[in-house]
Amino acid sequence: MIAALRTEVRKTTTTRAWWINATVMFGYMLVLAAIMAASFVLSIRSEGASSTGLPGGGTLDPEAIASSVYTLAVALGYIFPAVLGALVVTSEFRHRTITPTLLAEPRRTLVLVSKLVAVLPFAVVVSVAGVVGTVLGGAGTLALMGEPTFLSDTDMVRTIAMSVVALVLWALVGVGFGAVLTNQVAAIVVLLVFTQFVEPLLRILMAQFDATETLSKFLPGAAGEAIAGSSLYVSSGLADLLTAWQGVLVLLGYALVFLVIGRLTTFRRDIG
Amino acid sequence: MTSTFDADAGVVAVSGLTKRFGAVTAVDDLSFTVTPGRVTGFLGPNGAGKTTTLRMILGLATPDAGTVTIGGVGYSERPRPAHHVGAALETASFHPGRSARDHLRVYAPEVGVPDSRCDEVLSLVGLMEAADRRVGGFSLGMRQRLALATTLLGDPQVLLLDEPANGLDPEGIRWLRQFLGYLAGQGRTVLVSSHVLSEVQQTVDDVVIIAKGRLIRESSLADLEKQARPAVRVVSPDAEGLERLVRESGWLAQFEVPGIAAISDQHASDVGAAAFAHGLELHELRAAGTNLEDLFLALTSEQTS
Repeated sequence: MIAALRTEVRKTTTTRAWWINATVMFGYMLVLAAIMAASFVLSIRSEGASSTGLPGGGTLDPEAIASSVYTLAVALGYIFPAVLGALVVTSEFRHRTITPTLLAEPRRTLVLVSKLVAVLPFAVVVSVAGVVGTVLGGAGTLALMGEPTFLSDTDMVRTIAMSVVALVLWALVGVGFGAVLTNQVAAIVVLLVFTQFVEPLLRILMAQFDATETLSKFLPGAAGEAIAGSSLYVSSGLADLLTAWQGVLVLLGYALVFLVIGRLTTFRRDIG
Repeated sequence: MTSTFDADAGVVAVSGLTKRFGAVTAVDDLSFTVTPGRVTGFLGPNGAGKTTTLRMILGLATPDAGTVTIGGVGYSERPRPAHHVGAALETASFHPGRSARDHLRVYAPEVGVPDSRCDEVLSLVGLMEAADRRVGGFSLGMRQRLALATTLLGDPQVLLLDEPANGLDPEGIRWLRQFLGYLAGQGRTVLVSSHVLSEVQQTVDDVVIIAKGRLIRESSLADLEKQARPAVRVVSPDAEGLERLVRESGWLAQFEVPGIAAISDQHASDVGAAAFAHGLELHELRAAGTNLEDLFLALTSEQTS
């Protein structure tokens, strides 16, 4: 297990994809958080603090603005750790290095579990980069506009820290997903379409009916936000969330279910 | 790295191996044995089932029937298989962004060797100069050397190489020939696959020839060569004299032009002696090959038709 872990860690450290991922996420979240912070502040200034202009009819007080902005990485940026995780598996198939990998370690379950564990340190780097970018861009903009940043607020710090946890778990979901869909381009496209389009739409639609509203809490994006304990969706009154621990279990569940499916399909077939 | 090997542990035994892809039987009840201390050529035309067979030997593909053991044990049953068996499949696979050294460093922990071994094998295959260059910029020949280096990481007793000469220049092929001979000389088992016999003709001691997934021939190269038919090409300024010699000797010959003959089933020494005895002036006397390649093609196409 130790040998397999060292091999898997080296596979990532000897390529550039992971720090490109971290850098791009940092930059993207920095800009996105700045833009969102500015537009929230401007909208309440023009319409007053009791604005109900959001789709769910919620209100945005300064604290809700801050927490919505600081959790943007969890609400919108989780594609980055998810792709990081998926690439751990799909790049082996893209470059056919899965053959020497399985020659060195034929126990396929061990290979998959090693990948799941070995992605953790890189997931932490990417997630911290994303969350730091979000907070820098968001708090910087709020401060520049003379709004409170709430960065000394314990609950806010907790939310920010837990959003790192949520993002790290997204990398595990990515590993599992990559094991199911080993075609790299297909895996990235499906992840993008689902996380950026399908799930947000589903959550808005499912929130309309009591029967589906409960179910929508178990969507992976909602589970991630539950871990952070706050999000744009909640602030805008669209949906309630699970508790943080439930969120952790739901995301872990997705990761493990995908991984088992991958092990029983792709990784049971002939490879190489 | 020189060590004495237990001969039994180096025996690759393939028995009744069968693999079907839908309606196509890629490997059909194939049995053969590869012995240590020799270089064995695993030969057959493209699509004969060589790579599929190697994948089954290596546990990457599951046979529909039959068994494969290396030293009495299946590949996947070994705890550290790369320590005993070094294998490279046809399309050598590398991440283009990794350097040659990093490629080896990735596998070193799983193979079970220290990092210093990576530089050792790079030197062995003559890639030390390119150790820090990205594999993406490597020529096919350099990739072949790196693939070979990867198989050597664990200092394995058994080497299974799929088309290792593919993409090598003549100098590279000569180097490979000497290198594989050296490894076999240490008592290792060396199996090299190829779709052209002439490519490995000077490398291999034994041949296993397959076509359409079935065994055609399993023998030493020497035995196969005995079966090949010799031929001689002769050029003489005395066209009539040459015709007379051919007629009187009862040889089967074709005249390209008067004075130039291709004589079948004869050795150059016999033709030369006969010409000398007849006082016939020769300007050229050349063995036109034992033509093992033709024999190989005939053997493998019989099966195909």
